[in-house]
Amino acid sequence: MISMEFLIASAIGVLTAGGIYLALRARTFPVVLGLAMLSYAINLFLFAIGRLAVGQPPIYAKGLTDYTDPLPQALVLTAIVISFGMTALIVVLALRTFLETGTDQVDGKPDESPAEDQEGQP
Amino acid sequence: MSSTLIAAPILLPVLAGTATLLFRRRRRAIGAGISMMSCAGLLAIAALLLARTNGAAPEAYALGDWPAPFGIVLVLDQLAALMLVLTALLGLAVSVHTALTGLDRKGWHFHALFQFQLLGVNGAFLTGDLFNLFVFFEVLLIASYGLMLHGQGAKRLTAGVQYVIINLVGSSVFLVALGLLYGVTGTLNMADMAVRAATLPDGDRGLLNAGAFLLMLVFGLKAALLPVHLWLPRTYACTAPAMAAMFAIMTKVGAYAIIRTATLIFGDAAGAFLLPAALATMVLGYAGMLAARQLRDMAAFGLLGSTATLLAAIALFDETAMTAALYYLLHTTLAAGVLFLLVDLVVGWRAVEGADIVPTPAYKGKIALGVMFFITAIGFAGLPPLSGFIGKLLILAAAQSAPLAPWIWAVVLVTSLMGIVALARAGSTLFWKSDTSPPIPASRAAPDYAEAAPVIALLALLALLAAAAGPITAYTQATAAQLFERQAYITAVLGTPDRSTAP
Repeated sequence: MISMEFLIASAIGVLTAGGIYLALRARTFPVVLGLAMLSYAINLFLFAIGRLAVGQPPIYAKGLTDYTDPLPQALVLTAIVISFGMTALIVVLALRTFLETGTDQVDGKPDESPAEDQEGQP
Repeated sequence: MSSTLIAAPILLPVLAGTATLLFRRRRRAIGAGISMMSCAGLLAIAALLLARTNGAAPEAYALGDWPAPFGIVLVLDQLAALMLVLTALLGLAVSVHTALTGLDRKGWHFHALFQFQLLGVNGAFLTGDLFNLFVFFEVLLIASYGLMLHGQGAKRLTAGVQYVIINLVGSSVFLVALGLLYGVTGTLNMADMAVRAATLPDGDRGLLNAGAFLLMLVFGLKAALLPVHLWLPRTYACTAPAMAAMFAIMTKVGAYAIIRTATLIFGDAAGAFLLPAALATMVLGYAGMLAARQLRDMAAFGLLGSTATLLAAIALFDETAMTAALYYLLHTTLAAGVLFLLVDLVVGWRAVEGADIVPTPAYKGKIALGVMFFITAIGFAGLPPLSGFIGKLLILAAAQSAPLAPWIWAVVLVTSLMGIVALARAGSTLFWKSDTSPPIPASRAAPDYAEAAPVIALLALLALLAAAAGPITAYTQATAAQLFERQAYITAVLGTPDRSTAP
């Protein structure tokens, strides 16, 4: 039986690995996707920092002995809002840059040859 | 006296920034006026706060009156007050400069973004909560994205994309660090975390250190330390020079965050890598100044190098070194700001050659620019009689007893020489070399000498910093003593020292 800890940890790991790989790509679109995946990984991670608990009330009430930590949930909410806004910004910025410079390379250099271009595609 | 005043440096830019949005299309002058009034107001408030905290214990203001470990607190101590004054001075100079040179009319919402940038910077200096620090970092970054791209152009956009991506990754690392620290200590309040980190079981130390290291990495990214410095030269060289002048305070936000968290929570163990990284960055920054063929690049690399000098002093991590570091921090922020503003004037007044370091035929205002450049270079490179000399002298004196003292001395002295050579070469090429090119094009109009007012004001401040070095170092000395006496900070935030240990 796979434990929840294993599931969450591997999900964070896979998302982070994918995010880093994509963020290191040369074109803006994969980089944007990579940043989005990274932020998902971070959100999961933040969610887990209050310790994983199953079947417990989400916030404190009088008389309860066990409850999940509500603070990480608030943090995740803030992180989601910020990362959503930032993703929107980087998408617009990447588009604008593509329209102004005619290339979607992150380093701003134009594509050198079509052959290399196709190699670069996933 | 009400402690509500502590929140004023955060509230005023919000109100002013929102108000400037009302004057977008017509009556832009009113928007600029509001922006400058707000900066002047911030300066007044910061001066009040500085006077109030001078020699006094730190003071906490609980937002919404929620008690400390649960709610968010703003904490005013000598360091925070000093940084607020510095931000307000630089902000006022830059906002006047942008209004005079017309940079604020080159795109939308300039003043609103500028005010929100001030909001983020002031908030980062005042907050006593780590997650709140993250939020204020985001606020200042989001505003800086807008300001960095202000005026647009293909080159600026490409650099802007890189800048945003780097900082998004940085924010992710920041969140991981916060997550680790919260997971280990169960709190995000800095004072509470300081108490809990001291009594942590050995098994959790590793996680705490990992969190501390990641946090230092993020602050190092903001302060542009060696392995993660790559974003700075290009960003600052591609943005409008006046904006780069304002961004000079952003690297100092990173330095401030390192000082705050290291003295309060982690101790000097967290910054073991800081000194070598800072020394390497200094060499790189000043070498970049030597290699630069363009004024903007030169100023950007100069900022990199001088911020690294500051970080080297911080990394020594004792009271004398911190006294020197804080004095140098005041100097380097203003000097870098004035250098960037001057570059903007050179670019504007020359009109044809832009920022390239090439000889120019005589033009109106060349002599005035030359004189200002000379004084700025003296200040920036750290020659007497201006404040850079005193700052570097204090750092060298403080480094005497450090284990790496020979290295620090060698690097500081050699890089200073490199800075002097770079600035002297640029200055003589720009203002001295006799030109063989055809005479003044008719298109070159007489410059508006009023544009130089902020530069002259900042240069006067540098002179004042040198003239009043005694009282100012006395203040930074008291600030450094307060930083290393962390119990006072903890008491100010948590009330009695042992209250936080209760569940």
